[in-house]
Amino acid sequence: MIEELVHARVRLALHRLRDGEGTALLFLHGLGERSPQRLDRRYDAWPGPVAALDFTGHGASTVPSGGGYTAEILMADADVALGRLGCATVVGRGLGGYVALMLAGARPEQVRGAIILDGPGLAGGGTGTTSPFVPVVDRTALAPPDPFALADLATDIRPPDYASLYARLASQFSQLARPVSVCARERASWLQAVTAEAGVEETTLEEALAYYARRR
Amino acid sequence: MPEDPNAIDFPGARAPDRQRQVDTSGVRLAVYEWGAPDAPPVILVHGGFDFARTFDVFAPLIADGGYRVVSFDHRGHGDSEHAALYSWVADERDLLAVVNSTSPQPCPAIGHSKGGSMLVHLIQALPHRFTRFVAIDGLPFRKPPPDVAERERVEPMRDELTGWLDHRRRAAELSRKPGTIDGLAERRARMNPRLSKAWLRYLVRHGARQDADGFRWKIDPTLRMGGIGPWRSRWASDRLPGLPVPMLAIFCTVQEPMGWGVDPADIEPYMPPDSRIEVMEDTGHFIHIERPERTAELCLEFLREGP
Repeated sequence: MIEELVHARVRLALHRLRDGEGTALLFLHGLGERSPQRLDRRYDAWPGPVAALDFTGHGASTVPSGGGYTAEILMADADVALGRLGCATVVGRGLGGYVALMLAGARPEQVRGAIILDGPGLAGGGTGTTSPFVPVVDRTALAPPDPFALADLATDIRPPDYASLYARLASQFSQLARPVSVCARERASWLQAVTAEAGVEETTLEEALAYYARRR
Repeated sequence: MPEDPNAIDFPGARAPDRQRQVDTSGVRLAVYEWGAPDAPPVILVHGGFDFARTFDVFAPLIADGGYRVVSFDHRGHGDSEHAALYSWVADERDLLAVVNSTSPQPCPAIGHSKGGSMLVHLIQALPHRFTRFVAIDGLPFRKPPPDVAERERVEPMRDELTGWLDHRRRAAELSRKPGTIDGLAERRARMNPRLSKAWLRYLVRHGARQDADGFRWKIDPTLRMGGIGPWRSRWASDRLPGLPVPMLAIFCTVQEPMGWGVDPADIEPYMPPDSRIEVMEDTGHFIHIERPERTAELCLEFLREGP
């Protein structure tokens, strides 16, 4: 079942993959992807409801005109879903993993753990020292995903100290001893810095899911 | 009987000679031109929470110097379309669309505040599209932050994030507060404390629309001052020495709410070799509105020095 959520002028598709009681698992796809119809077997043991969000410009969510994507606006997409779910353990692939980290820092009481997985858009557009570049987009390209999203979020700046601040917010204000789990192999600069923070642990997806399931 | 906004005038203000629309980036932008259509073009870019008609006094002075002045309302501002998304890059793409709709030849450009800062980046990304650049209090600069305790960095960010996300959750229901012409002018005065009431009333005429329950600023209610994100002014200042076109930077001396708080002495070491600094004494952030003739004189002198 798809539930429609409103974020300003965008209609977001929240895929209700499984019903249940208690803390939800919110799945965030990577850059250019869409929510899966179902999650793989590793998620079967999750004891609560499971939902997956299509970000703005992706999947069944609105593809708006004129671009202007930032990771921060996708965090607000995820926050609208979080508002609907109440609280959630957030699992993100690639770009969705970066968004999961941000949301864990911004809403430390409602996010019961963020899990960062490998996936498209993990690195973003570097740390801020790249050459000035303004991506010009082919508006006739097939959508979704919105070609503006692909251009803007592949060049989105992610300074390591900026990402670290989100990890520190999560660590300082979450009730969990370990609010962030890194299950990705790729080490973008921001993720390297985040991994060094307190409250962040490198582990496997199975272990992270079991850890948060026990504390939900 | 409500006041007729069209009756509000301001000495020296002149409506654009032509208006058109550009939608190259997918959002309809309102574009304004002053001066002869076949005169050499100059691009004029407004700042955040402003709109092109705030150039109604300044732009005609440049046009009368022999130029075709082309300005536009940023997405969500003035008469341009309200967009679903806003970002620095989207604003730059919109600006590029207006430049490309104006001339295939490289142009000089003048930017105020955020408009200047956008141009610094766009000119470095696309040096072949620009010839000269004037920044009217348009170069951001922040001194390195003091060595503060961790808690002092983290907690303000927490409040900013919560405030911003709460705003986004409510964004679909937001609308600008209605009021009278004088009421809107008074609200604007909080952001523009140095500008005259007559000028602020003139801004209401062009920056607000009349609804059944009163006047409302046209600016998209989902936009919010401040915002969050990783952007650092240091990226702009570190690259400034390599700016590929001659630059004139005009600074003010009086700080006010919408300004950058930049001290020219701080940014001077970053100025490219082919650049000049002018400081306007006893002037606030809206230099071209407080001192239109002197600002136009400096701009025209600089524009006439080169292609």
